[in-house]
Amino acid sequence: MSGPAIEVRELTRRFGSFTAVDAISFEVGAGEVFGFLGANGAGKTTAIRMLIGLLAPTSGAARVAGFDVTSEAERVRQRIGYMSQRFSLYEDLTVRENIWLYAGIYGLSDDQIQERTDRLLEQLQMHGYRDVLVRTLPLGWRQKLAFSVAMVHEPEVVFLDEPTGGVDPITRRQFWEMIYEAAAGGTTILVTTHYMDEAEYCDRVSIMVDGRIAAGGTPEELKHGFGATSIDEVFVQLARPTRAGDREAATDPSDR
Amino acid sequence: MMKPSLRGFIVKETRHILRDRQTLLILLLLPLAQVLLFGYALRTDIEQVRLAVVDPVPDAASHELRSRFAGSGVYEIVRNVPTTEALTDLFEQGAIDQAVVFGPDFGSALGREKPAELLIITDATDPNSGSTMQAYARGVVEAFEREVSAQGPRPLRIVPELRMRFNPTLESVNLFIPGLIALVLTLVSALMSAISLSREKERGTMEVLLVSPLRPWQIIVGKVLPYLGLGLINVVTVLLAARIVFDVPIRGSVALLLAECLLFIVTSLALGILIAAITSSQRTAMIGSLLALMLPTTLLSGMIFPISSLPGWLQPVTHTVPAKWFILIARGIMLRGVGLDYLWLETTILLALTAAILVFAIRAFDYRLG
Repeated sequence: MSGPAIEVRELTRRFGSFTAVDAISFEVGAGEVFGFLGANGAGKTTAIRMLIGLLAPTSGAARVAGFDVTSEAERVRQRIGYMSQRFSLYEDLTVRENIWLYAGIYGLSDDQIQERTDRLLEQLQMHGYRDVLVRTLPLGWRQKLAFSVAMVHEPEVVFLDEPTGGVDPITRRQFWEMIYEAAAGGTTILVTTHYMDEAEYCDRVSIMVDGRIAAGGTPEELKHGFGATSIDEVFVQLARPTRAGDREAATDPSDR
Repeated sequence: MMKPSLRGFIVKETRHILRDRQTLLILLLLPLAQVLLFGYALRTDIEQVRLAVVDPVPDAASHELRSRFAGSGVYEIVRNVPTTEALTDLFEQGAIDQAVVFGPDFGSALGREKPAELLIITDATDPNSGSTMQAYARGVVEAFEREVSAQGPRPLRIVPELRMRFNPTLESVNLFIPGLIALVLTLVSALMSAISLSREKERGTMEVLLVSPLRPWQIIVGKVLPYLGLGLINVVTVLLAARIVFDVPIRGSVALLLAECLLFIVTSLALGILIAAITSSQRTAMIGSLLALMLPTTLLSGMIFPISSLPGWLQPVTHTVPAKWFILIARGIMLRGVGLDYLWLETTILLALTAAILVFAIRAFDYRLG
């Protein structure tokens, strides 16, 4: 793939008179781990939903894995993985059945499915649990499994929408190790989070406030630019004047 | 490029159904319970009819007909009164359900050109049992008429009650079974597929499916196909139970009946999809299904109340209820034994309704999530 993995130009989404995402632009290079930060309701989820083809942009354009998200949505779908805020595996299916299902949906052959399943269970060290219903697994395990399942078809770009919400610190660390591993394999990763410490793990971050990208760059650049010692401080400086989160959280219909 | 596979998706949906043991058990046993309930408890067959007889000039023929009523097992002759006027009081007191009034020259009219006069008066406070009683009396009189007619031209004239004419055994359970199939399919196919689809929306798994290369129609087909199988099992259960327990006939083609049932399953599934598309949670989908589907299916389809007994303004509304057409078709095949040459219009209407609902449903689905 030549060119950036994600290319966003003036992307805008309005719901009635309310602008959830206001002309944002950014690029993400292949193999990068790109953090999308912001308070709840700042527009992160709306932006992601446009990039994965769940929501049509009001104006602007975006290309993912080299294809336009509106006119070439079909091709984009084959090349991306997505892990939503809500747990996206089926709790009444076993670990293995969930992997088979998603591998099948993405059109892997039976041999491929077998091989990926083995490899994935190996990585997660969950061989002993392959026939266990997902509902009985601890939350952290489920999240890691959900990530692996989102990667089962080896997508070029993966979108993770607050993947570590409600997960304990140790599992969060393990989760980020999995993200790094995927990035090292050439997968581009766009991850949203409101844990500011996680921002430090990203190659580059964008901070969204009130539907706009208020700041962007490497974590070092941002801290330097704002004279802060952590991304958390940068964020507080950016977010405080508007109190955007409170207002938007109540009105953004895509966050339901 | 790799092609997304529907197979695994259908397997997954089947697993959901099989793993929810309690629900599955209910879905499999419910049709059976319904057949028994409708067959025994809700049937409008009348067990005992209190009959008054007005026979001013008794003769051999009127005596014979009276004993036929008495011997039918249903009628009990509780009063013999001299005049028709006396009946009014009896009806008002609720002392009798039905009355047979013989003409003065009943016996002598038999076998002649002039028809014998016989009046049957029925308490129609409850229109259902009223029409059933009417038909019972007609059955008794017709049997009598047939035997006497062997000796000459048709000698009797009665007020004809035509509603039951294709149900000569007068078993109301026969009329109920087609309606019951419609009810069960509405419940299992429409309600369950609506719940199953809205569950995916509610849990957020629908988003992940929509981000995948599966197209919306594939997601819908994969979701509802297992319910088509379940619906067919239900149809066969109802038909077998009706046959074994109540001896309900299938006079026409079984293959045609199953094909029409399949069509109605698709109708129900389409309704389920539509409801899932326009509701946002499992709970509203359930309430929506019950209100928007169960009530019309039971009340406006002719299943329980004859459409002709509905108020005039409501009758045209029943044309839009798919169950009405299905019930007409199923009764035609099961009770009248007719084929597509008689039922093509009903079948075409059902097909058209199904196609319209399906198009509407898939659009609504696309619109909400696309």
